[in-house]
Amino acid sequence: MRTRTESLPGLTQIRIAGYGGQGIILTGMLLGKAASLFDGKHAVFTQSYGPEARGGASSADVVISDGPIDYPLVIEPDILVALFQEAYMRFRPQLKPGGTLILENDLVHPSAGDENASRIPATRMATELGKRIVTNVVVFGYTVGKTGVVSRDAAEKAIEATVKPKTIELNLRAFNAGFELATQEVAV
Amino acid sequence: MSTQSPSKPAATPRVRAGVHFMGGDFACAEGALAAGVDFFAGYPITPSTEVCEHLAQRLPQVGGKFVQMEDELASIAAIIGASAAGARSLTATSGPGFSLMMENIGLAAMMEVPCVIVDVMRGSPSTGLPTGVGQADIYQARWGSHGDYAVIAYCPSSPQECFDLTIQAFNAADKYRVPVMVMMDEVIGHMTEKVVIPPASEIPFTPRKRPSLPPGDSEYLPYMPDDDLVPPMAHAGEGYKIHMTGLTHDERGYPALSAEPHEKLVNRLVDKIRVHAADIVMHEDFLLDDAETIVVAFGCTARSARAAVNLARRQGVRAGLLRPITAWPFPTARIKELIAAGQVKQFVVPEINLGQVRREVERLTQLPVRRVHRAGGAMITPETILEAIVQ
Repeated sequence: MRTRTESLPGLTQIRIAGYGGQGIILTGMLLGKAASLFDGKHAVFTQSYGPEARGGASSADVVISDGPIDYPLVIEPDILVALFQEAYMRFRPQLKPGGTLILENDLVHPSAGDENASRIPATRMATELGKRIVTNVVVFGYTVGKTGVVSRDAAEKAIEATVKPKTIELNLRAFNAGFELATQEVAV
Repeated sequence: MSTQSPSKPAATPRVRAGVHFMGGDFACAEGALAAGVDFFAGYPITPSTEVCEHLAQRLPQVGGKFVQMEDELASIAAIIGASAAGARSLTATSGPGFSLMMENIGLAAMMEVPCVIVDVMRGSPSTGLPTGVGQADIYQARWGSHGDYAVIAYCPSSPQECFDLTIQAFNAADKYRVPVMVMMDEVIGHMTEKVVIPPASEIPFTPRKRPSLPPGDSEYLPYMPDDDLVPPMAHAGEGYKIHMTGLTHDERGYPALSAEPHEKLVNRLVDKIRVHAADIVMHEDFLLDDAETIVVAFGCTARSARAAVNLARRQGVRAGLLRPITAWPFPTARIKELIAAGQVKQFVVPEINLGQVRREVERLTQLPVRRVHRAGGAMITPETILEAIVQ
């Protein structure tokens, strides 16, 4: 059964998918933390464990809701962020019809029908910022800018509360780069 | 030896008061720290590894001791020893390790040494599904070691409860001098949610009952119970004359290998929990006042069950949820009370095993008890439980 019948207005399911090392777990943590601790919402974060989490496609899942969350797992994402071809292929079928699809521009080639998906050259942007390791935070900024699933303020607070103090500035720059790109696209 | 807070302020305090976004395993470890755990011995195993890992980092920061043992037999033995010397002690494991601990859980019960055992349940039997959820160790928690004895077992349903109930577990262990289990499941252990940690001054603390006689007093009998059936506990090294053994023993702790002292001791081990069941049992009632269908569910399955009850209510079906927070003692009295009230027409028991809690409900009632089981590896969805409710 694919449908989440408990789905209520104000409940959003998000899946961030990629391969080990892309920082998807941190992205999920940041989303959940922003919603739960700084936007006053409820959030549950889960991640894939086991052999599939060691290389190959794995995922970080976040459920955000205005009210308490009973069933904690993502069944049918409203938002799918795919940072890697294999992850895109594996998780694309579960995206809710009409859901938001965000792809890493240089690492994912969209299949027919997905040409209009939002695409961000996150890895390239992070490299230009000086650290490829912040690719996930660029993606985080872009996702927040594109979907408004958490507020910008909450997202920035979540970053400040999570990353090592000396990397806060770099991470905020990475977040802003992604966020600005998304909001420019929205404005167009 | 147990302290609520370190004597010197540490860089990271023992009680990390504040609002956190925290995983269940981590919350369990932080709960143990807040409860004043002094000693952890364990052997890491999925899905409980984070409890062990986190305490390996945190315990030395607050003056505690962490030992990674060679296996689970040694782990439980070590925490029993530490507790006998006065420490609040903990181990964490999953099914395969829990099985290995059974012999010495019986020893802890027999010697009345308080200790806390966290079991994060995965698919079983045997090594089963290391990373998949299970809830099939519930009977093992109660009956896993041979012989008659009693334990207390808590079943958290959220990371917040992993924190709260781990504290509760330490307090109950010390109050009743029993091994106490915290029966988490993989979903609860691995999910991350908001956890509120109160200031150290607000953490409930039940001290171990201590002898009123001074060390060395020849009148002191280490296994002479008070009226509550629990003997005050002297610690090894304090100067009291103590003898502890898994053999049947008298009030002095010396072996007494005959029927009469055995009868007395074993009955007391069981009775000290039985007579206090009303104080120990915890459950959550959700929409039970007018419920004709009562869902009984614990751990991660209780979250699905609550969603299912909400769905049923929207269809006009009078459903409610009784969530056992203690699996042992089981909330028998509450279920009997609900049956006696005459409103309930059926029970639904969803659980990720083939019918352990269901059997506890079935033996209390002639009413239909609908089963919603799966062997493990995935949660039961709200829709599946809803089908059983409206059937």
